[in-house]
Amino acid sequence: MYPFDAAPLDLILGVVLFWLLIGVAGVLRARSMRFVSRVLFPMGAAGALALMLVALVSVRAETITVVLPLGLPDLPFHLRLDALSAFFVALVGAVAFGISLFSVGYFRRGEGALPGLLCFQYHVFLASMVMVMLADDAYLFMVAWETMALSSYFLVTTSHRIAEIRRAGFLYLLVAHIGAIALLLCFGVMHGEAGQYTFDSLRSSELSTFWASTAFLLALFGFGAKAGLLPLHVWLPEAHPAAPSPVSALMSGVMLKTAIYGLLRVTFDLLSTQIWWWGAVALVLGLLTALFGVMFAAVQSDMKRLLAYSSIENIGIIIAGVGLAIIFHAYNNPHLAALALVATLYHCLNHAFFKSLLFLGTGSVLHATNERSLGKLGGLIRNMPWVAGFSLVGALAIAGLPPLNGFVSEWLLLQAFLFSPGLPNPYLNMLVPLGSAALVLAAALSGYVMVKFYGVIFLGQYREPTMHEAHDAGPWERAGLAWFAFGCIALGLFPMAIILLLDHVTLPLVNFTLSAAISGNSWLLFAPVAAERASYGPLLFLLGIVGTVLVTFFVVRGFYHGRTRRGAPWDCGFPEQTARMQDTAEGFGQPITQIFEPFFRIRRQMPDPFSRKPVYEKSNEDRLWYWLYLPIARAHERIASWIGILQHGRIHLYLLYSFVTLLALLFFVR
Amino acid sequence: MLTLFASFLSQLTQTLLVVLIAPLMLGWVGQCRAWLQNRSGPGLLQPYRVLFKLFDKEALLAHNASVVFRSAPYIQFGCMVLAASVVPIVETNLLFAPAADVIALVGVFALARVFSALAAMDVGTSFGSLGARREMLVASLSEPALLMVFFTPLLIVQSSSLNVIVDTLAHREFALYPSLAFAAVAFIMVLLAENARIPIDNPATHLELTMIHEALVLEYSGRYLALIEWATAIKFTTYCAIGIALFAPWGIAGAGAWQTLPAAIVALIVKLGIIGLGLALLETISAKMRIFRAPEFLGMAFMLAALGMLTRLLLGA
Amino acid sequence: MSTMPMSVQLINLMAALMLLIAFAMLAQRRILSLIYLFAWQGAVLAVNSLIVAWYTGHNELYLSAFFTVLLKVIVLPVALLYLIRKLNITWDVETLINIPTTLFAGIILVVFAFNLALPISQLAGTITRGTLGIAIAVVLLAFLMMITRRKAVPQVIGFLAMENGLFFAATSATYGMPMVVELGILLDVMVGILILGIFFFQVREAFDSLDLKHMEKLKESGE
Repeated sequence: MYPFDAAPLDLILGVVLFWLLIGVAGVLRARSMRFVSRVLFPMGAAGALALMLVALVSVRAETITVVLPLGLPDLPFHLRLDALSAFFVALVGAVAFGISLFSVGYFRRGEGALPGLLCFQYHVFLASMVMVMLADDAYLFMVAWETMALSSYFLVTTSHRIAEIRRAGFLYLLVAHIGAIALLLCFGVMHGEAGQYTFDSLRSSELSTFWASTAFLLALFGFGAKAGLLPLHVWLPEAHPAAPSPVSALMSGVMLKTAIYGLLRVTFDLLSTQIWWWGAVALVLGLLTALFGVMFAAVQSDMKRLLAYSSIENIGIIIAGVGLAIIFHAYNNPHLAALALVATLYHCLNHAFFKSLLFLGTGSVLHATNERSLGKLGGLIRNMPWVAGFSLVGALAIAGLPPLNGFVSEWLLLQAFLFSPGLPNPYLNMLVPLGSAALVLAAALSGYVMVKFYGVIFLGQYREPTMHEAHDAGPWERAGLAWFAFGCIALGLFPMAIILLLDHVTLPLVNFTLSAAISGNSWLLFAPVAAERASYGPLLFLLGIVGTVLVTFFVVRGFYHGRTRRGAPWDCGFPEQTARMQDTAEGFGQPITQIFEPFFRIRRQMPDPFSRKPVYEKSNEDRLWYWLYLPIARAHERIASWIGILQHGRIHLYLLYSFVTLLALLFFVR
Repeated sequence: MLTLFASFLSQLTQTLLVVLIAPLMLGWVGQCRAWLQNRSGPGLLQPYRVLFKLFDKEALLAHNASVVFRSAPYIQFGCMVLAASVVPIVETNLLFAPAADVIALVGVFALARVFSALAAMDVGTSFGSLGARREMLVASLSEPALLMVFFTPLLIVQSSSLNVIVDTLAHREFALYPSLAFAAVAFIMVLLAENARIPIDNPATHLELTMIHEALVLEYSGRYLALIEWATAIKFTTYCAIGIALFAPWGIAGAGAWQTLPAAIVALIVKLGIIGLGLALLETISAKMRIFRAPEFLGMAFMLAALGMLTRLLLGA
Repeated sequence: MSTMPMSVQLINLMAALMLLIAFAMLAQRRILSLIYLFAWQGAVLAVNSLIVAWYTGHNELYLSAFFTVLLKVIVLPVALLYLIRKLNITWDVETLINIPTTLFAGIILVVFAFNLALPISQLAGTITRGTLGIAIAVVLLAFLMMITRRKAVPQVIGFLAMENGLFFAATSATYGMPMVVELGILLDVMVGILILGIFFFQVREAFDSLDLKHMEKLKESGE
């Protein structure tokens, strides 16, 4: 397909370089909003599109490796483009394309940092994510990983004049670095006796069970911190609302997936053996994360926080899928491992699309109304029909409803779960099906969350009079939204095409392709295991519903009449209705806090019965803050205060410390 | 080509059959309840009369009702018809059956439900959104139980396609399956919850505060209400048909077995009749629960279904 | 799929019923229903003994079934009913943990019990081998019920249900214990109930209630 071998990799590197140049150009003309938004961001989008296309082609192509003469002496950068990294690079490209388009119309003057600076950070962020996927040695991986963390930190703190946002950014940076330390240790463990840190030598190093398990747990911790796995999720609901919406979309849609990429790379590629209990750990943690995320999403009253918690839920589902794949793989059942892995990767892709769509939608709402609190929005479908329409697609997709994309991956994952009773381990046999119930609970509750999200923002009456003035998004923003909405629909309707693509990714990881197992699949139907086992036909599905709707519509119109009259809604016998009497976001949260009370740390402040201005307050907090984070922080402060004794402020004392250290070192080294 | 045509024909007749007898099923349950409560009852055909009346009436819309509100009844109806066309009721040769297995079927119901909830929130009255919230809550809790219910027949048959389940379970020698009995009881509990029946919801209530389903449709009138009522009836009948397919599939004809069709139809009518009578009995002897007892009720259903699965795994029965 | 012989199917059915009743007891809020459930459990146990006796020809199991009916379906429930009427405690049972959580813990216990029994039942050659796991589960569930209930009467019922589980285990694992042992256990249970009955009256005399949290006062370093 290409005239010479390394072409796809060269093209991808070209896009990376192009992005960096765009960033530099942005810095050079940092104050020109027009130049940055009308020239640079569209160019970035074009680059992203090219990246996606190249990567899509190279998913099917041979693996390419390249050594760049960059980096430290004797430590050149190793790059490698195989199916797994190509798939994730394609994901970066697809999402970046839509978000860059949206950003053209989104960024305004006077919001936080200089436009050019923002452009620079944004494109460095994109480039670093691609480099994470391409890295073929631990050194480059960590460099790209840290670049990614830092550039996203600056993006999160765009509006750095607000103290809360600085705090959110700090928390993010802190957790990111704790994770990075775990990753460094992980690579150190895998490195073992071998001399080199290239992934090739890591692959070939023979690890004992203990050290392999240690490496896996470190990887789960490190990548989990980036992905928002319980209990390392705390930064997500703080950082996502703080960042500008395109950045939230990018972080949630793509950056979380780099962690999944890393986990898959380490577990299935770099480590030569897998042990079943790794999968069990990942499965349990993933399911807990999913339930935790969706429950907290249900009680939020800030729309971006709600979406952030929903990201935690989806990451939980993805990690549970990884766990299931590890279990099947460890028990030498490649077919089911491939099924679980395909479901996982599919869900990564889906989540990237619908979560970006919804985050961008909240961005448009935020611009139109200057309001993030669900308690003040409402009725926007009348002013913003485009944004409302696209967001509806996203909301339905994320709620896992057929025939959209969220359903396909959840269906595939459930199929994998349904097979678990065939496992040779009786405990897993009996407990994993119960786990599938947790997955279904999370999926069903996400439907609840999305009804809340969509209903409170777009439907109902205007909760504030200012909502009247809300305006719909501009053409560039609409284009970005449309791209993601299109993706949600296409990914839902043509699962076979995606699975054929994903087969190339799973083949090297678990040595099995789903398409080899079945031949009877067509465009209309797909059956991942066997036609008589289970099948699903999204197109037929859509056809059935649309057909019935049309027939019904015309039959009703034909036989009866289309007369309608407009009137006031039923006032329940209470004529003084105002828009503030509508159900609120908090109202939606109440049943969840009541039923799943142990999950929350609830604080209520009841009004005094004689108070003239009664105030009722209720907050749902995260128990883990109090169980885990605050004790650690306190212990840390105590240790720091001990060490503080050493600090005097007198120069000669410090010199004395250095002198003593020097002597001690000389004594030991000798 | 001929087989395709045959399955198309079979599909069309079965779907129409369910769609048309669905109101009758509701009428039958209502009539049984009336008998059990020593009332004379409105007659079997009452739901049809209601539908005719509603179709004929002018539709009244709230001033601010958006396109979501107006399209939701059609989408609900479409979803329910699709669901009805996936479940084999008299014969297993269905054209649409491969389009959705039991899990996708749950997805269809969820799609309809989400639209009805969104439509209820559209006008922005307090009761609509209250109903939306309760409906979604009950559904979220019942779906895990429903999945567990499906697990047991799935383990026995090794397939999640209803057609295959019916084909396997209906045509083999008789055996006692305690695990299936557990699942069946759990399924009935889920059925009651999902179809807004007593003890979770009371379809005949006039108190807005206790409503779930009725609060959802409070703002609808005319043809929209008629479509929703009809869709509700189809949903109920489809649930009964799923129950029959999973737990009592005897008598459903295999693909192309035309000679057994009359027997299959008689079996279907008898089975639906028994289910209706049983549900009427259940609804007569139990009272509606507080909404926050619903999690307990559904938790019980979940546990029963899980026990079914576990007994299946341990005893192989 | 291969069909199992009728005897095994029937025994499995009884085992499933035992498990179901054990769970129903765990979920039950009312003392009265709890007693009825206990009687039903006894009945299922007796039927199970009859089935095993019929298919294996162990005639002493008929006798055991007879005693089970006499004692566990008639005498004990009647005694308990008399007791609660006398003590006037027919209202709801208070639970320490809410019911859904208890049920979930119950499911985990069942999984544990099943896995515990798996290696044993693979070794056993009896026709009832699959039911050993259920028997263990019934014992554990009854134990769980005793832990989660606050009042004394449900705890006694839990104790009796535990004995039912043991009995079931014996029937399923070895076709019943030797007659002497069985009679001895029955006698023990009778005496136990007698003592507990007297104990109930005494507790109520002393504390004016059957709530066992009053017993907390009985520790050494009190007030």
